[in-house]
Amino acid sequence: MKSTHIAALTIAALLSYPVFAQQPSTVTVPPDTKTAIQAEPWTKIPIPPLHAFQPEQPTRIELKNGMVILLEPDHELPFINGTINIRGGARDIPANKAGLIDLYGDAWRTSGTATQNGDQLDDLLEAKAAKVETGGDVDSTSISWNCLTKDEDQVFDIVVDLLEHPAFSDQKLTLSKQQAIAGIVRRNDDASGIAEREAARLVYGKDSPYTRQPEIATVMSVTVDDLKAWHDKTITPNNMIIAVEGDFDPAAMEKSLRAAFEGMPRGAAWPKPEENFPGPKPGVYAVDKTDVNQSNVWIVGLGTERRNPDYYALVVMNEIFSGGFGSRLFQDVRTKQGLAYSVSGAYGASYDHPGVFYTAASTKSESTVQATKAMLDQIHKLKTEPFTQAELVSAKDQLLNSFIFRFDTKEKVLSEAAQLEFYGYPADFLTRYSAGIEAVTLADLQRVANKYIDPSKLAVLVVGNQAQYGAPLTELNLGPVQPVDITIPMPAAMRQQMNGAGTE
Amino acid sequence: MKSFSATRLLALAFCVVVALSCAGQNVQQELAGFEKKVTVKVLPNGLTLIICQRPEAPVFSYFTIVDAGDANDPGGESGLAHMFEHLAFKGTKDIGTIDYAAEKVALDKVETAYAAYDDEYRKRVGQDPAKLKQLKADFDAAEKAANQYVIPNEFTEIAEANGATGVNAETSLDATQYFWSMPSNRLQLWAYMESDRIANPVPRQFYRERSVVMEERRMRIDSNPIGRMVEQFLATAYVAHPYHRPGVGWESELSQITATEAAAFHKIYYVPSNIVIAVVGDVQPSDLSMLEQYFGAIPAGPKPPEMTTVEPPQTAEKSVIIKDPTQPLYLEGYHRPDYRDPDDAVYDAIQDIFSNGRTSRLYRSLVRDQQIAAEAEGFSGFPGDKYPGLFAFFAVPNQGHTPQEMRTAIHKEIDKLKTTDVTDEELAMFKTRAAADLLRGLDDNQGIAEQLALYQLRYGDWRELFNQLNKINAVTKADIRRVANKTFVDSNRTYAMVEFQPPANQQAAQAQGGAQ
Repeated sequence: MKSTHIAALTIAALLSYPVFAQQPSTVTVPPDTKTAIQAEPWTKIPIPPLHAFQPEQPTRIELKNGMVILLEPDHELPFINGTINIRGGARDIPANKAGLIDLYGDAWRTSGTATQNGDQLDDLLEAKAAKVETGGDVDSTSISWNCLTKDEDQVFDIVVDLLEHPAFSDQKLTLSKQQAIAGIVRRNDDASGIAEREAARLVYGKDSPYTRQPEIATVMSVTVDDLKAWHDKTITPNNMIIAVEGDFDPAAMEKSLRAAFEGMPRGAAWPKPEENFPGPKPGVYAVDKTDVNQSNVWIVGLGTERRNPDYYALVVMNEIFSGGFGSRLFQDVRTKQGLAYSVSGAYGASYDHPGVFYTAASTKSESTVQATKAMLDQIHKLKTEPFTQAELVSAKDQLLNSFIFRFDTKEKVLSEAAQLEFYGYPADFLTRYSAGIEAVTLADLQRVANKYIDPSKLAVLVVGNQAQYGAPLTELNLGPVQPVDITIPMPAAMRQQMNGAGTE
Repeated sequence: MKSFSATRLLALAFCVVVALSCAGQNVQQELAGFEKKVTVKVLPNGLTLIICQRPEAPVFSYFTIVDAGDANDPGGESGLAHMFEHLAFKGTKDIGTIDYAAEKVALDKVETAYAAYDDEYRKRVGQDPAKLKQLKADFDAAEKAANQYVIPNEFTEIAEANGATGVNAETSLDATQYFWSMPSNRLQLWAYMESDRIANPVPRQFYRERSVVMEERRMRIDSNPIGRMVEQFLATAYVAHPYHRPGVGWESELSQITATEAAAFHKIYYVPSNIVIAVVGDVQPSDLSMLEQYFGAIPAGPKPPEMTTVEPPQTAEKSVIIKDPTQPLYLEGYHRPDYRDPDDAVYDAIQDIFSNGRTSRLYRSLVRDQQIAAEAEGFSGFPGDKYPGLFAFFAVPNQGHTPQEMRTAIHKEIDKLKTTDVTDEELAMFKTRAAADLLRGLDDNQGIAEQLALYQLRYGDWRELFNQLNKINAVTKADIRRVANKTFVDSNRTYAMVEFQPPANQQAAQAQGGAQ
């Protein structure tokens, strides 16, 4: 499903070559490295004050039954976009049903409603160039719509119908399962995909709610009744946030949303799953892949949450470590040593659970150990190589001067507000963000580096062609290399069929 | 569709017509609005500047398009346009150096040392290993000497410290494009930087960057099953035209590109008359004179020569069968004319009807009804459309199904297109969606900048972005049948199949349980 779709997109993506694999950001050069010989004409270019700009915040309405509505009118184009986020997602599903949320997110829409099946909805909506889509994520599910202004009433009715009278057909569930299985069977074809997946599993654990993966058996075990039960449990007004943006009159939109949802009875509050986060078992882990000539190296540990008071200092530290072209990691591994095209890293912060601290690069098989050492070296240097005033100033410049791009369109303002609402963060989190970044000092940087960066707690994962490595991974001096088993559990009949298919 | 009653169908057709006229009207209104917001100026040196006012927030985005891509790489130098694009981030005579005058001398020595090494390296007879080693050492020393003048990544650092986001560039076979977004009080700083790197790029740290690009090749092609398939597929589909080469370059050629070659490419193709730049956001027509100061100073040059190579007609079906330790895939393609062809919009119609969403024919046939594919789509203009590209079909077989089944099922759909008219609803849906998608694309500065620059370059008038809708609306059912019959013929087809073959080291394990 997801993975095969990505595979198809890649075909087009393969034909153009961006200069950077990531969205980097960077720091200025310490002025003292320059001699007086070289003129710096750009320093004489005037930078006038930026035009005053106050983004219009969305209107927030809370219904008596607990549903939250956010409205952001925008009349530039004749479209209306709405998204309803619903609490509860893949992390709330038992391990033996892993994959249920993806199947739900797919079959909810393709099955259609009691009165119009999914195929009929497809015909109806596509003829209007309109979309109604449903989906599932790790902590939520969603239903969204996008249509021309004149079609809003009819399209929104379909959304409400899907919420109130979903059909969940056996036939469409079977179709979703086939696509899910196509994705599972293909999940070891792409080395970078293996690396990203297994790195997360090292951090959170194989059976963690965040990383347990759908298998053929768990997908096959999902029934229409499972989907219905999930729907009934999660579709309650106090569990939903509606965000609508576009070409509408706010009073009329409020009226129509109230009419649709005010009568829904309140349900139980959604519980946060029980979790624990021990972090990875330190060491070197390896996956051997014989059809590649490049290694994907990931060095990972546990990150933090955004509500951590040290979040701002960590953001600035990230900027210096791996934020972009001028960052320590990029400068060393890519620019100076030429060891990788794709290099990235961050001390990750999620909204309601610890993120991942990662440093990643892909390098030719022969330089696997050399590149891994260079990456580890940069992690160590966060503690041993003091941050400079120039690094601090330029990291802040970068973060604060580009800050406006967090809210320069109404779509961004609304989606940020919906995100904060979903996770229960204060609505002025963005305003606090810039103040928080401004306040970070060199002492803060040193303190958070000492507190959060612990190389002895990291796992190193290498996915690559082991026969081609110039030096053995044991040269990293991190103990014996532990192979990671990525075998896809497969029912016997299917395995037979698969081997047969290969020889045709 | 089957389950619809006749009245239902009629009602549906009516809805479609209403929707079409409505979105079409909106497009005309938008064009009128853009007439007021857009200013175009062709500078005396030939460079085209476009400004589009969109003052929602104090920011702007720009898009520079150079009408040269890897299809323009000289023979033996595949990957050069892309390599140059990387070079354009290495700074200028002012930016990225502590002393350009001294650095220039050192860089010239790097080129001399590299040429000496390269001469020896390429010797087919009488190569002297000791001499080669010495020449490599000399080159390394020259590179090190030049490096002492470098301030690495200063160009991008200045941009980002000034709030630039989305700093990047892309090279396709057709064109090279540069873009980012910035707070609008940095417009002049941007104009200085962008014009300086177009006029005065410096090939510093060239050979180190070449290693980086080699890693990019390993990532996108060598270590990626789809990348490997596409490379072999295109190399087979084209015999003469440069579309047969991978944009990133063949490994052997990429690994031997020199800074001297990159400079020669720049001299030919980075002339102002070959470049269009669009700026969209909080900008005014009154900013034009300031922009002209910077971009007008780029020295004029002759318009680059047009390519002589035209792909000869294909006379026989061609195939690539790849046995790989990866799940099966199917890809086929048919030669079609370039984007200027009067039938260009007809190909768009076929693409839409075959591939767009859950109503599309390939989804309904291969995915929904036969359940043999996880995904199936057709797309036009592959690997480019500036020159005659391919109309391609790609399918991802479901577990237990083969590339051969994809091929059969796709051909069945193609035959239907050749022998039976598409329905009124399908044609109307295509036209409605084209209008709506055009409008949807007008909602962000970066996207608008890209579209305006591209259409100005491609048609000499950005208004074609809106007027293309007339061509789309003119497409008839007969056009679709005619074009399908002309294009989708056996002798015009190339296909690639990837078939699963367990890796040698795992065949035994596989027999015992599980699959890799």
